[in-house]
Amino acid sequence: MRPTSSRLHTVDNPKKSTTLTVMTGLFTVYCLLPLVWLVINATKSQADFVSSFGLAPGRGFALWDNIVDVFRYQDGIFSRWLLNTVIYVVVGATVSTFLAALGGYALATMDFRGKRTFLFVVLGSISVPGIALAIPQFLLFAQLGVTNTPWAILIPSFINPFGLYLMWVFTAEAVPSGLLDAAKIDGAGEFRTFLQIALPLLAPASVTVLLFSFVSIWNNYFLPLIMLKDPEWYPLTVGINQWNKLGSTAGNGALVQNLVITSALLTIVPLIIAFLSLQRYWRSGLALGAIKG
Amino acid sequence: MDIDQARGPDVGASAMADPGVARRSAPTRKRRKSRTGLAFIAPFGALFLLVFVVPILYAAYLSLFQERLVGGTTFAGFANYGKLIQDPQFWDGVARVVRFTLIQVPIMLIFAMAVALALDSMRVHGTRFMRVTIFLPYAVPAIVSTLMWGFLLGIKYGLFGSLNDALGTDINPFAPGTTLISIGVMVTWAFTGFNMLIFYAALKAVPRQLYEAAAIDGANEFQIVRAIKLPALRGSLVVTIIFSIIGTFQMFNEPQILPSMVANSGVTTFYTPNLYAYHLAFTGSQQGYAAALALVMAAITIAVAYAVQIRGLRNATDQ
Repeated sequence: MRPTSSRLHTVDNPKKSTTLTVMTGLFTVYCLLPLVWLVINATKSQADFVSSFGLAPGRGFALWDNIVDVFRYQDGIFSRWLLNTVIYVVVGATVSTFLAALGGYALATMDFRGKRTFLFVVLGSISVPGIALAIPQFLLFAQLGVTNTPWAILIPSFINPFGLYLMWVFTAEAVPSGLLDAAKIDGAGEFRTFLQIALPLLAPASVTVLLFSFVSIWNNYFLPLIMLKDPEWYPLTVGINQWNKLGSTAGNGALVQNLVITSALLTIVPLIIAFLSLQRYWRSGLALGAIKG
Repeated sequence: MDIDQARGPDVGASAMADPGVARRSAPTRKRRKSRTGLAFIAPFGALFLLVFVVPILYAAYLSLFQERLVGGTTFAGFANYGKLIQDPQFWDGVARVVRFTLIQVPIMLIFAMAVALALDSMRVHGTRFMRVTIFLPYAVPAIVSTLMWGFLLGIKYGLFGSLNDALGTDINPFAPGTTLISIGVMVTWAFTGFNMLIFYAALKAVPRQLYEAAAIDGANEFQIVRAIKLPALRGSLVVTIIFSIIGTFQMFNEPQILPSMVANSGVTTFYTPNLYAYHLAFTGSQQGYAAALALVMAAITIAVAYAVQIRGLRNATDQ
């Protein structure tokens, strides 16, 4: 958005259109409205929330009190949920990205027996709905006795077929095979060649896969809902819904909507920061997926 | 996505290698490569078996058993599948997600495409701000988005309550007849930006000289959109349709969370097939039946996704 210094309108710098700006702007408002609502209402006390208009500020500014209350409520279980979520996300996203890079690299640069079958099955699995898979996973994991442990969340998050596909396409594009051969002639082993030559070249794709794994694990609701019984292991998504249900179950619980709203805001802030600060990377990664897809 | 397209980079990679060297050392080299290749793919492959293949096989096995109050779990052959085909609650859910898909997916993708074209035309003020803002909802978990929209559209605390008070109207977005529309508003909100970015990336890949050439030939903006930009979106359109269908067919979060927020929203325990499977497995303890349902639903989804893909590819080659 450089200031238009010249009045010359070219293909690369056409005249701005007000109609188009307003129409796109309306859609932007639709996208922004719930988030604005969330921020405004996170600043209200429960009494203000019930009594004031949704998009107007409350009588007092209670954001700080709400945040403190969120971390104190039910003996501070929110910080436990936050910690769980961070563990699930950091371990899950890191392992899944590394495995996808390793596999994608092998698919792009090596031949091995059963490669075609492997590709067919793994790429086919992209269209298996995650939720349809979660119930079979639960049934198996229950049999193996890993339900209600962090492993029930971590193990499924290690596998990201779409990430593998992205890494494969990206390796073929960004890692010159001559460079790999040169490294091997210099005496580097296959794994060292991968770690020191290929992996740095795969950084943009890795950030993309990492970020999208991050989001899908952070936002995962169904899998933890069915796998975990003990609130001690809940991630944020399941925990927040637990609080949300408090007031509604037969009307005997305490209504803590101010805490539900504030904890929802606290849940999305890290994701939004991650997305905004890593824009450059995931946009190039997405672009690649879009073109090849 | 697709095997034929996916084979592309592989061919490219081997063409890049020096053919002379490759020929000479091919047999020994290949065997060595084969072993390291397998070693590299093994961790992914092993976990893939554990997370994808074995659960599906196990679910297929379980789907052959029925839980009875008397006599416990007994082998029942394909009885669960027979029961499923005649289960009106299952078909009610399937019909609902199909109806939802037929209406919501086109609306969402048209919005996504229109926004992508508008932002790509560079005729919009604040392009960067809008592009990021429209994408942001994708980063919001379904639970948070359902909470926000549940409050926003709800008549108890939300804007529609205020609207009804001010105008004396009686609009309820979560009445049994309108709940599905409200869910459509939520889903469209969450995923338009993601699809928009895919279209936007495809448009950015079009060489800009094409536009210059068209402009020199006297084409106006609409002709450029029709002749260059829309055809450039074809491939990504197939991808976004497939992903959207997969997404809406497995709808679960919104209808599962909504009943705890609003009373009498019309959301039943079999509102969508996945919600039904969830209730069967966890509250009805009919695991075999739930396994059969999950498998049938996965098969339906894959069949529809493949049909879309084959159609999309055929249309592409017609061009």
